[in-house]
Amino acid sequence: MAAATQNTKKEPTPPISSWFGPVIVGWLIPGGGHFLLKQRWRALLLFLSVTLMFLFGLMMRGAMFKLEQGDLLTTVINYGGFVANLSSGALYMLSNMLGYDQLDVAGHVHDYGTKFLVTAGLLNILAMVDAFEIATKKKS
Amino acid sequence: MPKMNLSHFEAAFLFALFASVVLGIVTKRTDNERYRYGAYCFGCFLLALFGIGWLMKLGHG
Repeated sequence: MAAATQNTKKEPTPPISSWFGPVIVGWLIPGGGHFLLKQRWRALLLFLSVTLMFLFGLMMRGAMFKLEQGDLLTTVINYGGFVANLSSGALYMLSNMLGYDQLDVAGHVHDYGTKFLVTAGLLNILAMVDAFEIATKKKS
Repeated sequence: MPKMNLSHFEAAFLFALFASVVLGIVTKRTDNERYRYGAYCFGCFLLALFGIGWLMKLGHG
């Protein structure tokens, strides 16, 4: 019983100062967290993959999601898409500020563009989680 | 901003490439495992791309 209790004991939460910087920089600049953690090659590959995916999405005239409500499915899609778009960090903010936000129009290229924009954000979330694990020494 | 007009295959190929690179980097612990997993993901993406493409063609008649 005592052994079982010991096995389920939670690991102590790592101090926020150890991971906050890399995670925030990783959100703003894809791969930035890895760069801060001296993982230069991984940082470069993450930066190129996420940034190129986002730029291809923009060039395919993909649409960005807005916080709009409708029926349940529409609300979930719009809010989820918005969070994914926002996860691209500075890329999303800059493209919004510079007016590259497109209207949602029909066509397979535009549709792929929208998916590219969303996926770039989702891949950046994975990169941020990886930066967190490296910063807290759960991974090398 | 220039406009890109890609075919389904080109867009799906690029999608597979970028996603595989990131998945390879973030999921494994050694460089060797990362290369292998990235290549594995890319292969799976392409297999699904061709497989589902043929399925749709055959299903469409």
